[in-house]
Amino acid sequence: MAEIAIRQVRKSYGRTEVVHGVDLDIGNGEFVVILGPSGCGKSTLLRMIAGLEDITAGEIAIDGARVNEREPRERGCAMVFQNYALYPHMNVADNIGYALKVAGVAKAERARRVAVVAATVGLDGFLDRRPGQLSGGQRQRVAMARAMIREPKVFLFDEPLSNLDAKLRVQMRIEIRRLHRRLATTSVFVTHDQVEAMTLADRMVVMNAGHIEQIGAPAEIYHRPATRFVASFIGMPPMNLLPARATAPGVVALASGARLMLPPGWVMTGGDVEVGIRPEDVLVDAESGDGNRLPFTVEFIEELGAGRLAHGTLEGIDFIVQLPAGASMTAGETHVLTLGSNALHLFDAGTSRRCRFDAASPMAGVMQVPVVGLEHSVQASSA
Amino acid sequence: MIERTPVLNIATHAILVVGLLIAFLPMWLVFVAATLTIEQINNPPISLLPGSELIANLTAAWNRAQLGSKMLNSLFVALLVASGKIAIASLTAFAIVFFRFPGRMVVFWMIFVTLMLPLEVRIVPTYAVAANALAPAQAVLEVVGIAWLWQVLTGVKLALEWNLLNSYTGLVLPLVATATGTFLFRQFYMTIPAEIVEAARMDGARPLRFLRDMLIPLSKTNMAALFTIMFIYAWNQYLWPILVTTDRANYGTAVMELKRLIPTSASTGGGTPDWNVAMAGCLIVMLPPLVVVALMQRYFVRGLIGADK
Repeated sequence: MAEIAIRQVRKSYGRTEVVHGVDLDIGNGEFVVILGPSGCGKSTLLRMIAGLEDITAGEIAIDGARVNEREPRERGCAMVFQNYALYPHMNVADNIGYALKVAGVAKAERARRVAVVAATVGLDGFLDRRPGQLSGGQRQRVAMARAMIREPKVFLFDEPLSNLDAKLRVQMRIEIRRLHRRLATTSVFVTHDQVEAMTLADRMVVMNAGHIEQIGAPAEIYHRPATRFVASFIGMPPMNLLPARATAPGVVALASGARLMLPPGWVMTGGDVEVGIRPEDVLVDAESGDGNRLPFTVEFIEELGAGRLAHGTLEGIDFIVQLPAGASMTAGETHVLTLGSNALHLFDAGTSRRCRFDAASPMAGVMQVPVVGLEHSVQASSA
Repeated sequence: MIERTPVLNIATHAILVVGLLIAFLPMWLVFVAATLTIEQINNPPISLLPGSELIANLTAAWNRAQLGSKMLNSLFVALLVASGKIAIASLTAFAIVFFRFPGRMVVFWMIFVTLMLPLEVRIVPTYAVAANALAPAQAVLEVVGIAWLWQVLTGVKLALEWNLLNSYTGLVLPLVATATGTFLFRQFYMTIPAEIVEAARMDGARPLRFLRDMLIPLSKTNMAALFTIMFIYAWNQYLWPILVTTDRANYGTAVMELKRLIPTSASTGGGTPDWNVAMAGCLIVMLPPLVVVALMQRYFVRGLIGADK
């Protein structure tokens, strides 16, 4: 059990900086998932915590003690690797017990602890096998057991599920979650899979290009993305983003000239913005309801079974709408979409940051404009 | 590329059989010669069927060249060369592959260059060093002036000397100090996934522990391959043992002593050359490398193609 404090940590390879001053606090027993596209520096950050990479600048402290200069074995971390990294010439028991052997634990005690841990991950009966004789899922379990047996202060996971098939991945995800509930060991989990991140995390850290974009609970990140990157990266299918320009208080115009009305309270600093809306937040052919009504031309439909995705264009911009299963919509049709005011997200095009929404601010009053009198004519029919 | 072509199959088999015969014929002639009497062998044409004198010829060869003690010498030297080579190769490759230190590439290339300098090429300087292994150190001391200082201070001339001639050290060391094994191990070590190295680090293993628990068990087949190659290489050495051993009674090797069995006008005293005994000696001296190859063959092939994972 430990807390991790990461202060202004940077990593350079030669003159190329790949992690640009990251700050992160991980609480005792917390399960933190670092999510980001490949090459964003998330694995590098994890490996710096583990001690496998030097820290170029800044400080990492575990349990209040600076660990920059410590060898990996002195940091109290255990790591699960993407390719499992099992020792091919040792059987399962020796693989799991190797850390204890190095630490000089007596043979009988070692065997006892290996048996306990192996039972926890469901490996009893496999202790004499070599890694080459195990399936992917079993190898994954050996890797987990090897990390668990040291009773480390911190678990580090480096994309441990990405080599498993889809079904096994879901199963191992649940097992990791269950394990964490029981052991409550501080865990840092790196992945590029947002579903994994959303389901596992107490708190998520979204990274991009060596920066942290947002830290927060999964629901918060999904519903209030802090930057344009987070908005487009989280969510399957991703959020629709419409470039627009603020013309009057509370009103933005798309490139086509169509106007969108914003709910009161958005604080805009510049003229250029991007308006975001999630595909599932769009209403199709709604009778009434507040919000902006715009025509949408369907190009093709993706069948997902549990629902359908309609791809098309809205005011000349690529747009995706999520439909319930069985919803009737076919390619070539035009439908009226209602973009609910409360479902809209607004990002500053210059800084890419989310515009502040503050209904109580004095600016909110200024931005507020009467809804009536806004011309926006939509002549669309579900032809 | 695997194809099913009956005609080609027959042709390739024919080529293989012919090749085998060509390779095997001299061996067969040696064997046949070793079974004949001195009259039969000096009476051309040579028979292609074995005679009955094998045991007698073997005994004669064994006794005349004192092959008992010479084979022991050879075995000792070959085992030392092979095991010394494995030790030095696995350690140097370990340093080059897993450590980042200043001058790493320089060291690497210096080792690489020794590949182009086999013993036969550098035999004169090597002999000079073997005659006094401390000569290079002496030269350094003289250049930096320590030798002069020593002489001024103590009044005694500083002369370091460590003679390796007529010793097992002298027979073995120059054969051990080459780069071939280092490269075999380097190539193997580089195939070990970085994650395994890191997992061992996370498990708390220090470098030597990693060498002992991971690299050595994983490179067993490599070691077997290198052992086989080096054993045969050292066993078959002729030039170097002849140079460093003047005391043949104590340090002569089997291959050197084989020479003694070859009939010359001096040895036969103008009589009939006994090639049958010489060939019997050949058979005896060839045997240990054959045994080693037969025993190690399984690992040897796996180690060379790196198929054992």
